[in-house]
Amino acid sequence: MIELRSIYFRYHKDWVLWDLSFQIERGEFVGVIGPNGSGKSTLLKILSSLLNPQKGEIFYEGLPLRRMNRSDIAKKIAVVPQETHLLFPFRALEIVLMGRSPHLGNLLFERRSDLEIARKAMEWTETLRFSERPMDELSGGERKRVFIARALAQEPEVILLDEPTSNLDIHHQLDFLELILNLNRERGLTIVMASHDINIASEFCERLILLEQGRIYRMGSPKEVVIRENIERVYGCETWVDQHPVSKMPRISLLRKGVR
Amino acid sequence: MKMLTFRKVLTVSLILTFVLLLVTLASVMVGSVRVRPGRSLSILIHSVFGLGGEETEMERTIILSLRFPRAMLAGLVGAGLSVSGAILQALLRNPLADPYILGVSSGAAIGAIVAIMVGLGALSFGLPIASFLGALMTVLVVFYFGRQDGKIHPNTLLLAGVIIGSFLSALIMFFLSISQKEELHTIIFWLMGDFSFSNTRAILIILPYILLGVFLLYCQSRKLNLILSGEESALQLGVNVGRLRLISYLLASLITAASVSVCGLIGFVGLIIPHSVRLVFGPDHRLLIPACALVGASFLIASDTFARTILSPVELPVGVITAAFGGPFFVYLLRTRKVIKTL
Repeated sequence: MIELRSIYFRYHKDWVLWDLSFQIERGEFVGVIGPNGSGKSTLLKILSSLLNPQKGEIFYEGLPLRRMNRSDIAKKIAVVPQETHLLFPFRALEIVLMGRSPHLGNLLFERRSDLEIARKAMEWTETLRFSERPMDELSGGERKRVFIARALAQEPEVILLDEPTSNLDIHHQLDFLELILNLNRERGLTIVMASHDINIASEFCERLILLEQGRIYRMGSPKEVVIRENIERVYGCETWVDQHPVSKMPRISLLRKGVR
Repeated sequence: MKMLTFRKVLTVSLILTFVLLLVTLASVMVGSVRVRPGRSLSILIHSVFGLGGEETEMERTIILSLRFPRAMLAGLVGAGLSVSGAILQALLRNPLADPYILGVSSGAAIGAIVAIMVGLGALSFGLPIASFLGALMTVLVVFYFGRQDGKIHPNTLLLAGVIIGSFLSALIMFFLSISQKEELHTIIFWLMGDFSFSNTRAILIILPYILLGVFLLYCQSRKLNLILSGEESALQLGVNVGRLRLISYLLASLITAASVSVCGLIGFVGLIIPHSVRLVFGPDHRLLIPACALVGASFLIASDTFARTILSPVELPVGVITAAFGGPFFVYLLRTRKVIKTL
């Protein structure tokens, strides 16, 4: 569905992404992990066409992404932002309706059908009950769900998430990830999620891409990627990798220096 | 679930238009010669249909050639400055932005002062044209220095605007210190904003800029909402942010330049009207732009009416009134913000 062919990208002098090639199949749940500065966010920005690679090409269903116009991309690929600062407080429903933008062209007002789509998106994400509340009165977890609803209102095929669980407590992390998993399983949406939390990525993603300084260090199932040697090599710290006692997926624990 | 519809925008606009008409009527009534409300209305209506009524020739002249053009000019400028302020606050993502923040005001002032000092001020067209050119040139210079790798970044642009603005302010001070006494009075009145030069031709000069500018901005209003939710977000929702920004900056600057050129620097309107309207009607530009235009127009007409009547026969610069009334009113709105929201 999405194919990256030897992508190179740099902001200034140094390459941030170096010869990146991989494919994402329809309906996959892919996690991108790697230390700070390894290029996770940059990769997501390139996937949403926010940045253009200097070399290489991204194909979306065989079509080069750079040939597609912005609103066509927005109909296929939705992004759930990290944390957005809203200058003036819009209501939750207004934010979700913004997701209809790529479908509206030059229309100034949403149609009745758009409202219905927004309502369904809010029902799915359980945000309907505060649809009339301004965003600045909602909690971090509620705001995140509103942005998922906005992404759903775009009726995309792919959803990109950048550090979706940072600054959420464990309860909300779990709620949020279950929601994403549902979207993936029940609606067949393709998910690409960049995460700092290796355990979460290992638990929820089918496939992981481990980045090291803009290159793919390992790619494969969590059991293939989350291995002590890989993690210690890429992150440069001591870890202990065993199995989650219930799900049997790989799990990492941090080790203090010299404890081993 | 309530969604903003065209119907709601239309309803609000009609109500605010009605308020604007009432304010205008009140404004043409009062002054050194009072004209009764019914009489004022009939003069205005008769003039539209080209009829003569029972009113005296003096009343007709006062209303049709003096007060009505002045009210119209104040209305246009109030609408222009308010819309321009609202747009710049969104584009620069800065609630402190006003129409003058990109240096338009200082540029216009330099143009006007030079015109006054070389004696062009006596010509009916000299002053507006000179200040319009000054404003436009400043906008272009600010844009030139505000770019970074060919793109416009709000903060760079803001800095460029502020710095070029303060450089020009120094020039203004210099010109003030070397100007003659009689010129000084004209310049200072201009700097504080003044409608006493208004005439029908001034209206015709700025009408196309303001009407067309506001209309074109309105066509972008839904996309401007997306910019408020963040530049990256807007791009990912399919908006061509670069082009939208450039067009909107230029339109807002053009509207400001046109407004400033006919009446000088009227402060405060472009800052408080957008905020006040936002507090009452919310931040959606599809409602905000028409509401700002109509409320801004009413506010400036009312302020100008006070300016020319409060110490009659002495006329105050309208900028004094906008600040004196607008400031406390704005503080009141801020304090009662919660109340307004639940209405």
